[in-house]
Amino acid sequence: MVDVAASVALQQPSRWAMGFRRGGARLWVGGAIVAVLILVALLAPWIAPHDPIEQDLLSGQLPPAWMHGGDTAYLLGTDSLGRDVLSRLIYAARVAVVVGFVAALLAGAIGITLGLIAGSFGGWIDQATSRLIDVWMAFPPILLSIVLAAVIGAGLTSVILAIVVVDWTRFARIIRAETAVQLQRDYAMAARVIGLNRGQTLRLEILPNLVPLVVTLLAVEMGVAILVEVILSFVGISVAGDTPTWGGMIAEGRQIIYQSPWVMAFAIGCVIVSVVGFNLLGDGLRTALDPVQRR
Amino acid sequence: MTAVLSIQDLHVTIGRGARAANVLRGVSLEVQPGEVRGLVGESGAGKSMLGRAVLGLLPADAWIGKGGIAFAGRDFLTLPERERRDLLGRQIALIPQDPMTSLNPVKRVGDQIARVLQRHLALSRRQALQRATELLAEVAIRDPQRVLGLYPYEISGGMRQRVLIAMAFGCDPSLIIADEPTTALDVTVQRQVLQLIERLRERRGAAILFVTHDLGVVAKICRTMTVMHAGRVLEDGETADVLTRPRHAYTRALLAATPRADRPADALRPVPPALIESLWSEAHRLDRLSIVGRT
Amino acid sequence: MSDILLSTGSLTFAYPERASGLFGRPVLREVVKRVDLAVPKGSVLGLVGESGSGKTTLGRLLVRLLRPTSGGIQFDGVEIGGLSEAELRPLRSRIQMIFQDPQSSLNPRLRLGVTLTRPLQIFGRLKGRRDQRDRAASLLDLVGLPTHFVDRYPHELSGGQRQRAGIARALALEPDFIVADEIVSGLDVSTQAHILLLIKELRQRLGVTMVFISHDLSVIRVLCDDVAILQHGEVVEAGPVARIFEHPQHAYTQNLLSSIPLPDVEPGWLDPARDVSIPRNQGSAA
Repeated sequence: MVDVAASVALQQPSRWAMGFRRGGARLWVGGAIVAVLILVALLAPWIAPHDPIEQDLLSGQLPPAWMHGGDTAYLLGTDSLGRDVLSRLIYAARVAVVVGFVAALLAGAIGITLGLIAGSFGGWIDQATSRLIDVWMAFPPILLSIVLAAVIGAGLTSVILAIVVVDWTRFARIIRAETAVQLQRDYAMAARVIGLNRGQTLRLEILPNLVPLVVTLLAVEMGVAILVEVILSFVGISVAGDTPTWGGMIAEGRQIIYQSPWVMAFAIGCVIVSVVGFNLLGDGLRTALDPVQRR
Repeated sequence: MTAVLSIQDLHVTIGRGARAANVLRGVSLEVQPGEVRGLVGESGAGKSMLGRAVLGLLPADAWIGKGGIAFAGRDFLTLPERERRDLLGRQIALIPQDPMTSLNPVKRVGDQIARVLQRHLALSRRQALQRATELLAEVAIRDPQRVLGLYPYEISGGMRQRVLIAMAFGCDPSLIIADEPTTALDVTVQRQVLQLIERLRERRGAAILFVTHDLGVVAKICRTMTVMHAGRVLEDGETADVLTRPRHAYTRALLAATPRADRPADALRPVPPALIESLWSEAHRLDRLSIVGRT
Repeated sequence: MSDILLSTGSLTFAYPERASGLFGRPVLREVVKRVDLAVPKGSVLGLVGESGSGKTTLGRLLVRLLRPTSGGIQFDGVEIGGLSEAELRPLRSRIQMIFQDPQSSLNPRLRLGVTLTRPLQIFGRLKGRRDQRDRAASLLDLVGLPTHFVDRYPHELSGGQRQRAGIARALALEPDFIVADEIVSGLDVSTQAHILLLIKELRQRLGVTMVFISHDLSVIRVLCDDVAILQHGEVVEAGPVARIFEHPQHAYTQNLLSSIPLPDVEPGWLDPARDVSIPRNQGSAA
């Protein structure tokens, strides 16, 4: 068995510190946004000022507190049923975060595995996988998700499934190409000369070179997954019932856009900020994790 | 007789402030009409940078701190941009190092040569193509008509280098900068290309600044030579003198470190690291002096 | 002879080249043609050729990165030409390779300490972390690099230092046989001389047998005992270095030798009349 522990020993602790310095502003801003998002999702019951589904029909469509006619009890105002917009946004973050992380990780796991296999075996295995990806990508992704979610039925699981089934190709295609490129380089050849078999070469030599790429892809995919979830809940085939979601809020806000545009505006704002946050984080991480790129 | 090229105490620095690095530290040299001068040095000597400075092709973050470049008695650095561009290609031409990347891959060979001729010699397209045919015949390309209609990828590396030589001599320039033009070629091809350059020079009478790391090539084609290290000129003179009676220790060391096919194995003496170190510390001492001088 | 470590018999490598036309049959293109070599134990054989001569392919066949199309490779009395990857594995510790471009042959994301000891790790010759650091340090020392380089990444090294690291990795398993493919061609003259002398010294100290591939005859002369000249995949001339360089028989060898520009001033060298010329040190052979 290969002594993997030994190779870890040679890596200095300063590596992370160095990386974070390299990542620069994008890493910090992106990291901060994502961290806040996760915290809000985790702590929703404690930080939300109201119950997100509690209706107060007497104070419907209140504007945000700082506007004329606002109420300090409802900081960001209320929707048409008198529910607190801020609390709903906070609770909706939970759905977004769960979908973002779970869907991206699952899609990543499937896509990376298939990509590695296709890229390293070549031949008919590669051909078969590549054709499968081509066919898959020929479908318009959002449409496919909508159809899938509609067929499986609403609910968190089906949203996640719909995203995974569509988006694994993003990973598979890129990882396949990159694996094939890395295998062509002399260090992969050198690995064979010193007696590594295919599995060891992939795991010990190629994978470390894919890490920055994988991390970036994951971060970007989390953003994409959040966006898809918003779209699905906007068309009403996401999480059932009155569980607040950003997409659902946008849909509800659309109906009262002339009376109370803030409902929709705040929800859209949340979506934009979180997607940008994930993208910045991905960019920053790629620079941070790559000791080579700097030169 | 006015020198075709006269460089006086040229200082070039890349970057500014704390990241600034001097690449040329007061280089002076002259090239007389019809002279072939070898510019010899190892990587980092600044020989290519000198060639680029003459061509006005310094990297964006490089700047000339001090010194001058005169072309046929005219100050090249203060020349208006327009006039400078008219000179380049017409009076000063380049034979680049890499024949693979120096031709536009999506344009036919004939179009690329004709373009240069049209621009500088005010020829019609017809005349330019006619002249291109003659030029290719002159660089010993058989069936020039056919080659004019080919794309760069359709011809061999040696032939590409011939095309570039034909382009360089095309407008009968008075100075050609040859930047390692034979480094990427096989020895037998190198010999043919050197032959060709020599023949064209005799016939058309251009002066050549021949940048190379190969003392053998210098011995074969250059009448005079300049040895550079760390952005400084260490030795300068007739090639026959410099190679048989090198005055500078570095030149002697380079000669002793060059493996020779005509001598038994034990003749090889590597360049002593102490010599290189002392040369660099001398260069850095000069840097400090010039900083003190400037403030 | 019993002291031959590696030999090839009619070694051939061909790959199918896609034929023009939809139904054309692929044509086999022979890159290495019926090559016979014999490398005595402890000697260095130089393989010389210009681009397209098949020298790199031949080198990759010898370390069995490629499988011969026909013909055989005998290593220490064992036929290795037809062995599978799994059967080759035990032999990998005895046959090593140094690559041309250390920039790409050293994994850019691994520290030198990991890269250099990877061969030992694979063959289970490491005893824990301390041992790994020590072994890496002693390998660095062997090739004249400072031992604190164990923590460096390849991009933090100069070209010459990287090539030294490449050599160190090839030596980690104490192999009997090393193929070195153009290992000094990208280097400056001063660095190149140091690497050549390092190889010479290591060879004497460790008694390793080598095949040294280069396009540069001068380099071959410094390092090798024997030389084989390749042209279009065929060995056109082979023999002891001194004989081939002093008295080349084949016209191609003569042309190669006379095309090398030596740092001597020799008027008339570029004279086209001397194109395929008479070798030096000799009246006429052809």
